[in-house]
Amino acid sequence: MNSPIQLQPDETFILNVGPQHPATHGVLRVKMEMSGEYIVSAETVIGYIHRMHEKMGEIKTYPQFLMNLSRMDYLGALGYSHGHVLLVEKACAIEVPERAEYLRVVMVELNRIASHLFWFGAFVMDLGGFTPLMYALQDREHILDMLEAVTGSRLTYCYFRFGGLYNDVDDQFITAARTFIPRMRKSLKKYRRLVTDNVIFRKRLTGIAPLSPEMCRKYGASSAVARGSGINFDVRRNEPYSVYPEFDFDVPVFHAGDSLARYMVRMEEIEQSLRIVEQALDKLPDGPVMAAKKPKLIKAPPGDYYQAVETARGSFGIRLVSDGGKTPYRLKLRSPTYSNMHLFDEACQGMLIMDALAFMGSLDLVIPEIDR
Amino acid sequence: MSLTLLNVIAAVVIAVGFAALNAAYLVWAERRGAARIQRRPGPNINGPLGLLQPPLDGIKLMAKQLTIPGGADRALFIAAPVLAMFPAIMSFVTIPFSETIVARNMNVGVLMIFAFAAMGSMSLLFAGWSSRNKYAMMSSIRAVSQAVAYEIPMLITTITVVMISGSMDLMEIVRQQSGSILHWNIFPIFGNSHNLLMPFSFLIFFTCTLAETNRAPFDLGEAESELVAGFHTEYGSMGFGLFFMGEYANIVIGACLTTILFLGGWNCPFGLFPGVWWFLLKIYLLIATFIWIRWTFPRTTIYGLLNLSWKILIPLSLFNLLFTAGLLKVF
Amino acid sequence: MICDKTRQALADLFPPTTEPEPGNEEKPSEGARSNGLVERDYRVHGYHLDAQLDPGQLLAAVTILDELAFFLESITGVDWPATEEMEVVYDFSRYDFDLCRVVLRTRVNRNTPDVPTITGIYAGANWHERETHDFFGIHFVGHPHLIPLLLPEDADFHPLRKDFQA
Repeated sequence: MNSPIQLQPDETFILNVGPQHPATHGVLRVKMEMSGEYIVSAETVIGYIHRMHEKMGEIKTYPQFLMNLSRMDYLGALGYSHGHVLLVEKACAIEVPERAEYLRVVMVELNRIASHLFWFGAFVMDLGGFTPLMYALQDREHILDMLEAVTGSRLTYCYFRFGGLYNDVDDQFITAARTFIPRMRKSLKKYRRLVTDNVIFRKRLTGIAPLSPEMCRKYGASSAVARGSGINFDVRRNEPYSVYPEFDFDVPVFHAGDSLARYMVRMEEIEQSLRIVEQALDKLPDGPVMAAKKPKLIKAPPGDYYQAVETARGSFGIRLVSDGGKTPYRLKLRSPTYSNMHLFDEACQGMLIMDALAFMGSLDLVIPEIDR
Repeated sequence: MSLTLLNVIAAVVIAVGFAALNAAYLVWAERRGAARIQRRPGPNINGPLGLLQPPLDGIKLMAKQLTIPGGADRALFIAAPVLAMFPAIMSFVTIPFSETIVARNMNVGVLMIFAFAAMGSMSLLFAGWSSRNKYAMMSSIRAVSQAVAYEIPMLITTITVVMISGSMDLMEIVRQQSGSILHWNIFPIFGNSHNLLMPFSFLIFFTCTLAETNRAPFDLGEAESELVAGFHTEYGSMGFGLFFMGEYANIVIGACLTTILFLGGWNCPFGLFPGVWWFLLKIYLLIATFIWIRWTFPRTTIYGLLNLSWKILIPLSLFNLLFTAGLLKVF
Repeated sequence: MICDKTRQALADLFPPTTEPEPGNEEKPSEGARSNGLVERDYRVHGYHLDAQLDPGQLLAAVTILDELAFFLESITGVDWPATEEMEVVYDFSRYDFDLCRVVLRTRVNRNTPDVPTITGIYAGANWHERETHDFFGIHFVGHPHLIPLLLPEDADFHPLRKDFQA
């Protein structure tokens, strides 16, 4: 079905998928050279909502840049903020209270579940099933309500501060989170019956766009794209940061490398994130959520620093080059989907357009995060 | 019934009225049904239960400008939506709703409905071709290959029924199924064929109806995630409205035909009080099933769809045809 | 340990005399440090090995990392107008649990910023190099498709150069 076909060059035509197209979930454009329904070659054109966050990073002071990170990936914003605060805390040697670190993990994992839920709905909608999106959004709404009560915003959080958190959680949040976990588990069972076990769904994804581990490595893919191809890579485990070593969770790995494997990885990750939240709430220590000793003016010592975190979309890296000033000398944001999306051009050759778009959905794209 | 001018006008008015009303309110039913399935309210603002939504939608569509893309084939572009609605309405003329309610019965009713159904795919082809849009073009090619693929098993299955009844007259086909559910063509235990494979025939026919009407999970023609809006990408205003109404009118035709061929038309499942209400109950149950399926399943692929038809449905329906022919010879 | 292996493999690229003391911290603002391989404290800097190379040695170093199954995290640039230099930074990491982050960096003249492309070794470098070309104007020699990626297609400015005025 996916075998490349022999073509005469004059039989092809160019199809512009995007920048306004329902499947691209934003302003992404793929210039496809098509032969009928088969893709001969594809060229992804990005940058439609490029905002030059890296330049802003050089102009703004460290605390001013905090809010930029959540504008990168509007679905899983907290993971990116986490990387940023960890980096600056590492560079400036700020001690973070344990309670703050636990709460960060709780928030990041809840945000990861919310992000995966939205992806799940949007992905099934790409495949023509509209209903799961509504169910997923309903579950996601509970998370957003919880996060809103604590952080003050629903999407673009600015909750983490250097040295701790903006505010502590109350009992209401703890209760809400505890009641959410069993409800989400019940929903996961429902999703399995409604979507995962659906024969049409499985047929559409099995064997679509198999990615080899070698190809993932050449492109630097991470998240479910790598884990679906049999690479046991999760920054939370491979390069432990924060308090993740304290928790007992599995990194789901599937070896098929196809779109179904990527789907299965993310669905399994929701369950693992629930486990982390559960344990973090159990172990949550008392104490302050803000470091007592913190420099008034954040200035990283000269040198360069790197911090990688596992966000909902994969391994997010942030590199800081400091000259000791009030603002970073250079701030590089390595967004995971940038590398994951780059695979697409090579991997979709010879595929049918509908399979290619199913594949694109399985990459979990958030365009502002690619374009930065 | 003598064919007077008045008769013809009345028949056409009733058929058009029924089709238009159904098409409009099926949109409402679909949206309410989808909302129920998705745990949200759906249209509920305009009128009680949102019942004024369809006429207001119609007014909105009519008030909009009809844009014709530059370089489009104007004549075909305008003709296509009309062609989508017209055959569906014409088919209503020959559908018997009960022993007495039929606009114009004719002894080749089955043939006429299929002839007009085949015209439906012409409208898709015209729309896709004339829009001068690559997505529309791809969609119309898909739609036509799908229509060709699914008309074959549908026709073969219909021939099976026609063979059992020995008539292409829709009235006659229903009359032969009079009695309880065990006389109907779906479970013809007391019927004339005793064919135990008829339930499968029904399933084949039902699947083909889904595919013929371009409904999910077979809505490849308007697969919005890959082909934007398919063949009606470039249509706005009432052009789009006509396509929409044509689609729903086709669904009603499909449900009527399924009811007539397999579900005993206006007969009661227990053999009591036959009448038009049974017919309406059956078609709306079928339509509800259509809606239910649409909002539950993801879309198939184009090769999955064609494989299903050519490799599974056609051989099965052919086998069923031969089997039925054999049974008819023996009994 | 893979870190030791990588260090030995990369050390072959340098004459033994140029290797500085491990842990010898340098301030980037002080300008160019000499080429060589430095081991960094992972807990402070977040990476293990830091190698500064000549642009000519780059392909050899990347080939070594490719053979040792590293994956490419990112490519970026840093502008150092004080020394009229531009730095290209390559981040590599590993998929397995044998953690080792390697940073390769190379410095080129600011007026003729030519660096060989590594797209032949890592296909995924394509976009990263295009992005670096967008932002810094660094020219990756041999790149198959060096047109603006994130910036508009007619962009003739390089916003992350320190002398860029919006």
